[in-house]
Amino acid sequence: MDQDLEVDRVSKRYNAHLAVDALSFAVPHGSFFSILGPSGCGKTTLLRLIAGFLEPDSGDVRIGGHSMRGVSPNRRPVNMVFQNLALFPMMSVGENVGYGLARRDIASTEIRNRVAAMLKRVGLPGAEGKRVDQLSGGQKQRVAIARSLVLEPTLLLLDEPLGALDLKLREHMKIELKQLQADFGTTFVYITHDQSEALVLSDRVAVMSAGRFEQIGTPQELYYAPHTAFVAGFVGANNRLSGTVQRVDGDIIELHTAQGLALHARCTEHVVAGNEVEAFVRPEVVGLARDAAGLATGTPYYTGRIESLLFDGANSTVLVREQPTNTEFRIALPQTGQFADLRESEMIVFGFDPERAISFRGGNDGR
Amino acid sequence: MADRLRSRTTATLAGDLVAPHMRLALFLLLAPALLWLLGLIVLPHVDLAVLSLRTRVAPRTYELGFGNYRTFIDEPLYWHTFVRTAVMSIFATVCTLLIAFPAAWYIAKIARGRAKSLLFVMCLIPFWVSETVRTLGWMILLRESGVLPRLLVELGITAKPVELLYHDTTILVGLVYTSMLFMVVPLVSALESLDDSLIEAAYDLGGNGLSILRQIVIPHAAPGIAAGSIIVFMLTLGNYLTPTLLGGKNSLWFTEQIYTQFITRFNWEQGAAFGFLLLVLSTAIVWLGLVVTGQKFGDVMRRS
Amino acid sequence: MNPFRVLCSVLATVLAAIGLTTTALAQENKLRIITWADYAPAEVVAQFKKETGIDVEVTLSNNEEMISKLRATGGAGFDLAQPSQDRIVGPQQEFGIYKPMDMSKIKTEQFIPSMLDATKKNTTLDGKVYGLPHIWGTDGLVINTKTAGKVGDYPDLCAADYKGKTSVRLKRPTLLALAFSSGKDPFALYNDPKAYTALMDDMGKKLAACKANLKFFWDNKDQLLNGMRNGEVVAAMMWDTGGWKLNSENPDVQFIAPKSGALGWIDTFALPAKGRNDAAAYAWINFNMRPEIAAKVAASAGNFTASKGADQLMDPKLKAQFAKSFPEAALKNIKWYPAVPAGIEDIEGKVLDRVKASN
Repeated sequence: MDQDLEVDRVSKRYNAHLAVDALSFAVPHGSFFSILGPSGCGKTTLLRLIAGFLEPDSGDVRIGGHSMRGVSPNRRPVNMVFQNLALFPMMSVGENVGYGLARRDIASTEIRNRVAAMLKRVGLPGAEGKRVDQLSGGQKQRVAIARSLVLEPTLLLLDEPLGALDLKLREHMKIELKQLQADFGTTFVYITHDQSEALVLSDRVAVMSAGRFEQIGTPQELYYAPHTAFVAGFVGANNRLSGTVQRVDGDIIELHTAQGLALHARCTEHVVAGNEVEAFVRPEVVGLARDAAGLATGTPYYTGRIESLLFDGANSTVLVREQPTNTEFRIALPQTGQFADLRESEMIVFGFDPERAISFRGGNDGR
Repeated sequence: MADRLRSRTTATLAGDLVAPHMRLALFLLLAPALLWLLGLIVLPHVDLAVLSLRTRVAPRTYELGFGNYRTFIDEPLYWHTFVRTAVMSIFATVCTLLIAFPAAWYIAKIARGRAKSLLFVMCLIPFWVSETVRTLGWMILLRESGVLPRLLVELGITAKPVELLYHDTTILVGLVYTSMLFMVVPLVSALESLDDSLIEAAYDLGGNGLSILRQIVIPHAAPGIAAGSIIVFMLTLGNYLTPTLLGGKNSLWFTEQIYTQFITRFNWEQGAAFGFLLLVLSTAIVWLGLVVTGQKFGDVMRRS
Repeated sequence: MNPFRVLCSVLATVLAAIGLTTTALAQENKLRIITWADYAPAEVVAQFKKETGIDVEVTLSNNEEMISKLRATGGAGFDLAQPSQDRIVGPQQEFGIYKPMDMSKIKTEQFIPSMLDATKKNTTLDGKVYGLPHIWGTDGLVINTKTAGKVGDYPDLCAADYKGKTSVRLKRPTLLALAFSSGKDPFALYNDPKAYTALMDDMGKKLAACKANLKFFWDNKDQLLNGMRNGEVVAAMMWDTGGWKLNSENPDVQFIAPKSGALGWIDTFALPAKGRNDAAAYAWINFNMRPEIAAKVAASAGNFTASKGADQLMDPKLKAQFAKSFPEAALKNIKWYPAVPAGIEDIEGKVLDRVKASN
């Protein structure tokens, strides 16, 4: 059996609210699977269904090929890293890591050995005697993971464990988490609302909204080929433009926004003139120049006034107001430093390849 | 809970009143409390200590010495009474804890909103009437011609009305009833501060109800348990009315002994010695309890 | 206003208020009496106020509490106390809580002479008289003749027939009653502490053995009266008034003088050592011993009085009850309490403690 986790048409309802709506997916052995979604989308409920803190109203969760129906959390081959880590403050680091082993009636010398080995593997050798409050945020994180992994679970569930850390540590821990997962080869199921965490860490990501998965795919697929407007809007930064289809030419459509801006974009769905659509243009897709000659030939271009400069090193962007419709565009600055001298209120031209702008029929992303 | 509130107000007070005349005002504001402490707690105890060291040798002649304390040791009656009182108090404390813990758990972890405050109020209801009335109420319920024995007869459980008053069990019931709130409040505040995810984490890691209770919940709530137990033990040990009214002919409570010495024997010296012994021995028992359970007094009092 | 000012003014007001009330109290012409329930009925208090202009403030108490309260203050706080005659000399020796009576201020002709002499004799210390007789009565047995008709003496309370249905007080009279009923005279041993201790130890054992038979040790009279009314208790050692009160409600219940003799007590007038208004106290005593007043008080208390001539004014029903309870022989057999020497109560106290602790 290759799939460590199979979720089969699982539903969970709270009164009138359908938190998880007939979800099905599978996570293969050894992979890092993320569930990405805004708060309230049902991802925590889903995780708790897998961990066993909740029973599904219908459907089945199979772990390592075995149905988990009626199996309590303490008997599932699944462990969870909690959002606030939930380390036991009344126990030392060693006791925390050894807690699960002790529950399995393993001899204390054996527990000591395994705890020591595990702490060594997570880079905290000899930390057994420390109190939990003596650890830094990153160390606590590692203890929480060690506490679960020492039990050699089939599946490790992580509930936004990086949420409480500051930005710098979070970046660091992302890498560390990825390395730990590769090192142990345990299947990770990770839930987060932070698309960057999901994209960086995961082999595959499921984007969740209102109890359903909008799309499951590799980070690259989600980024470059979103299936729905929700995914396009949620994963990565995007310029979102709503308008009415004017003309359809193969898979390229022409749409006009309410402000009167005309633009071209690719559309994978069947649309006809008059349909409402939403187009998404990524900031890095848009080319920027001081005049039309500086842009790639054959693509439409627009003139705009620079509203503000958002300098952020490699992630620098500018906000531009297209003239005359005043439509706002966010455009990535090339990293060459070519536009380092741009000033606010300056007039520039910009354009993009319609093939790299993507559009969906409007009004169905649930926002 | 009240403690936290109080420390906050004093902190802001101290922070605001920095000017010297303000400090004087602060001192004056505290003066009533200090006077009260000195005048009504420290001084009487000093007086009591001195009194307890006087032994009557003849009418109006007294000798300094430990004679009154020796009486306590030499006369088995007295220390038997003390041991009996202490053992029953400990037992009452344990019973209160066992009954209060699930209730506190329910209030802290399961009940929400209105139900929660309602339950708290229910714990408080017994205190709306005075202790005397409460105890007399128990007497009306339990006496041979009272409500409960009659009910037992009518239900066919007993053939004749049985006397439910005047047993040690009756005392225990009364003491537990009176003490419940003082156990529930510190327990609720201790349990409320317990993060639910700790319990879930332990469950997730393979723990079962019992091991979670033993290794997670009880260690976390230990200061609250200790605080509640100390309060209940002290209240029970020092209770006079409930044991004397509900206890009947066989019950001898140590406070009753002190009362007897002071009021019916006119032997204030002996009464003072007993009072001091009660203070010292109960402190020793509490200290021993804290040592055995590995708690620190300061922690315990902060947490309650 | 700053808090300092506020505090100062509050303190000043409080101090002034305390000062005012104390002076006011001192100036008032008031008599503070510590006494038994029903010994100072409102009607009598009102009449006294009308005649003399003196306000009477009554505090209800019992022997032990009177002594304790007076001891706590060294004899201050009250202008007149009413302890039993046997409880004056001992505490006086021990704590000095009373002052001698000035017999010249007492209208002695109002007292029954034999009772006055006996009380004077019992309350004299170093040649000074400390107590005057007021109300007297007896301790005996209250029985329900229907259910406990065979009870005739104290030991019958311990008979298996009445298991769990009798009661006594855990106080000295019970030990003394048991002693008399076993043919001993405890009063004769008052001045022989050793023999007295031995006797009391024996009586303690007797009482401890009897304990299983008792429903409870009664502590306040309503507890016992209620117990007898609803049949939980069928026979008990109690004072006469309680028995007569029950008899009025239910003729089956009677007060009887035990075969070994009822115990007779006399409650007195005594002056606390630091009383502030002796004149009022003497006025109250003389007023109270007038036959018509004494008869009112006696009716209120349900007992008889040491006032000469009050007899004729007594409630005939009470007289009939008394006559029934005390035939000639029983009247002669009343054991009057002699003064309790200091130290005696300590001996009894330990015995009583042991009885209570025994199982």
